[in-house]
Amino acid sequence: MSESQYKAVVVGASAGGVVAISSLLECLPSNFLTPICIVLHLPPDKNSMLDQIFNDKCSLQVKEADDKESIQPGFVYLAPPNYHLMVEQDFSLSLSSEDPVLYSRPSIDVLFETAADAYHEKLLGILLTGANSDGAKGLQTIIKKGGDGLVQSPDEAEAKTMPMAAIKKSPSARVESLENICVFLKSLNS
Amino acid sequence: MSTKIEDIELRLLLEAIFHKYGYDFRNYSMASLKRRLLQACEEFKCRSFSQLQDYILHDMESAHAILAFMTVQVSEMFRDPSYFKAFREQVVPVLRTYPSIKLWIAGCSAGEEFYSFAIILKEENLLDKTVFYCTDINHQALNKAKTGIYSLDRMKKFSMNYRAAGGTSSLSDYYTTSYDAAIFDKSLRKNVVFSDHSLVSDASFGEMHFISCRNVLIYFDKTLQDRVLGLFKDSLIRSGYLGLGAKENMLFSIHRNAFEEVIKNERIFHKISV
Repeated sequence: MSESQYKAVVVGASAGGVVAISSLLECLPSNFLTPICIVLHLPPDKNSMLDQIFNDKCSLQVKEADDKESIQPGFVYLAPPNYHLMVEQDFSLSLSSEDPVLYSRPSIDVLFETAADAYHEKLLGILLTGANSDGAKGLQTIIKKGGDGLVQSPDEAEAKTMPMAAIKKSPSARVESLENICVFLKSLNS
Repeated sequence: MSTKIEDIELRLLLEAIFHKYGYDFRNYSMASLKRRLLQACEEFKCRSFSQLQDYILHDMESAHAILAFMTVQVSEMFRDPSYFKAFREQVVPVLRTYPSIKLWIAGCSAGEEFYSFAIILKEENLLDKTVFYCTDINHQALNKAKTGIYSLDRMKKFSMNYRAAGGTSSLSDYYTTSYDAAIFDKSLRKNVVFSDHSLVSDASFGEMHFISCRNVLIYFDKTLQDRVLGLFKDSLIRSGYLGLGAKENMLFSIHRNAFEEVIKNERIFHKISV
């Protein structure tokens, strides 16, 4: 696990995701430089305060992604409610208000697939708790392009559907507890 | 990293479309455009963008269907109601001071936003002195906008938005129903020009008091965003207003100093004299 293994980490979650992502971000040290992009399903039409909530809890800089913003080391980017978040080839972020994918906007698949297209094997995809199957196709794409996939163990996930759908589609994805996912992430930086 | 074949093909496809049809997608945000074109590939059972290019160049019928995939036509009436509320409460009082009003809806899609503004200005007794310019590159959408007919099942959401935007009567006062359709009152479009206009390649056509261009810039790359913001700057009267989408910004634009955000959180800017 050299530190240059991944250029970015993408994370997806739905039901139960606020708590799961919160504990994931809390465990990361301030010198964790690999940028992280997150899609968390939220009710639309809500002005999310999640960036502030997460910011208070973790030592990384968490912000809502701005359109055409360059992805910087040490930052955590959240998809804004009601917009898809995408990664461009020049490692900048784009937003889109295209139709929901699998009833979801932001869509985890959309983030994962565009990130895989930009980062190829230098990408780690993490799929956490959720009550739908968004992200399964995206994680499959990440693995197909040579990147790695980590799935939260359905046994401990608050909602099992999302991790189970991902495992079914990508048998080669590693299945771990949230605690072990944290340990793995921390090991990337050392 | 070597350029992937797929991306070479994508570039060639966009060149082909530009040379054959004059539509210039070369400075669109590629991640989103590529996704839509991959969907088109699936729809037309093409293995590659090169195969899609063959259809685009040689099969007119398919070409138009493929082009429709390339523009995003997602809209609703009074979308982001707080934007329209801010327009009514904070922009309308200023517009009222002008003898006549020009309002440009750039990227008007099927007209949802036009009817929203028209209803507000009617309720504010300003409709008669307003001229609307509604532009888009998608002809199908423009034709739909001209008819003002929407599926009835969208009205529930539109009505909720209308009330949240500070509407003073009931949205159903502005349309009649026929089977599954809501048909908007044609008096709303007394003073409107629907026109094919490309933000990518066409020029300014007048001095506007208000330009609304929401969720269009996000589909453009930085270079093209700069071009369009420059076009808007040239198309506004002194201290004219520009409304952008809820998550659109000018943070990275060379024109950011030409505008000032006057209604924070609603992305309503006005042009400052330079």
